[in-house]
Amino acid sequence: MKKRIATVSLAGCFGCHMALLDIDERLLDLLQSVEFDRSPLNDLKKFTRRCDIGLVEGGCCNEENVHTLREFRRNCDVLIAVGQCAVMGGLPVMRNAIMHSEDPLRECLETAYLNSDKIYNPSNRIPNDEALPLLLDKVYTLAEVVKVDYQIPGCPPSGDTLWYTLSALLAGKPVELPYELLRYD
Amino acid sequence: MSKEFTFEIDGRLVKAVQGDTIMQAADAAGVYIPRLCDTEGLEPQGSCRVCVVKQNGRSVSACTQPAIADSKVENETEEIQGYRRNLVRMLYHEGNHLCPICEASGRCELQAMGYRLGITQATKYPYLQPVRPVDASHPDIVLDTNRCIFCGRCIRASRDIDGKHVFEYVGRGIHKRVGVNGDRLAQTNVELTDRAIDLATCPVGCIIQKGKGFFAPIGQRQFDHKPISLGVAAVDPEEAE
Repeated sequence: MKKRIATVSLAGCFGCHMALLDIDERLLDLLQSVEFDRSPLNDLKKFTRRCDIGLVEGGCCNEENVHTLREFRRNCDVLIAVGQCAVMGGLPVMRNAIMHSEDPLRECLETAYLNSDKIYNPSNRIPNDEALPLLLDKVYTLAEVVKVDYQIPGCPPSGDTLWYTLSALLAGKPVELPYELLRYD
Repeated sequence: MSKEFTFEIDGRLVKAVQGDTIMQAADAAGVYIPRLCDTEGLEPQGSCRVCVVKQNGRSVSACTQPAIADSKVENETEEIQGYRRNLVRMLYHEGNHLCPICEASGRCELQAMGYRLGITQATKYPYLQPVRPVDASHPDIVLDTNRCIFCGRCIRASRDIDGKHVFEYVGRGIHKRVGVNGDRLAQTNVELTDRAIDLATCPVGCIIQKGKGFFAPIGQRQFDHKPISLGVAAVDPEEAE
């Protein structure tokens, strides 16, 4: 039976999903042995059934991210944090400390919507529509929110790294990245 | 005449002269002991503890502990590599180490140590995400203390080689940091030619020379293909020119 894979991008840039496409023609080999469930690659928005592998890109910066991540944990046997944002927060995590502020979230929003001379915002308000997910006080890594089985670092991890990871898992082996595939940038 | 003797590192016989540290004897014999705060040409200070080895069963820092005749030293055993992994992880969690945006990525010794030790998995440690200043006041040099690991290499280089005391530790415990001899870097007598500013001195991307970021393309950086070890230094002198 084909293994099922689900993927999602939380507070990420979809770069890690692009890296998954970088496995090039091996994608055809992959599709021989796996089927994609919920994923932006096939535009399925909900899990159709339990999955063997969940690939999660990006950290958690809002409550919807946390909700989605918990749903992935509930529905995936092996959950993999893919990329630097999922592993340690990545670029979004800069708002936690590098803003040099007592209240970094407020300062981040004020800089983005109110106080910059580079913006056009006639309402002079920070967006607060009910439909928008609530931002968290800071950006969290996946492992801070749920149990993560593997972390694959990289910004993004190379196609080879993702191919190696999936090949190992599909063969029922633990993932131990060789030196050349282990990158934090 | 100084007395010569031998001892064992991971079962391999190594020669040493009376007064040699374990690290000096190992380097001379071509045995790599992982390290961060110790570097060629500076007095060892034994603060990062990455070079921890077991000498006759006791944990000691190889860069400061004298070698003992006929002793048995454990270096790359699973137990010690485990300690090192935890130490390097703690350094990662203590500062703000954003490899994707760092000029030193690919030539960073902290990153290279993470690669060498195969660090990927989540840890029990929290990310402290401290608020630390960036000092870009100097025309040629930037100090991004988010990336500082308090190895003290710039302190020792400035004091012992440049004779300037530009850098020094200030504060204690978790508040300890590296300060400069003035309100800002621009008010000190630091110069681009100082050994403290040399690319090989700062093991991370804390001391940055302006206009010299990302000089080696990805795939040709120091640690892209070879793990950090003897002879694989952070900066290739020709490349940095």
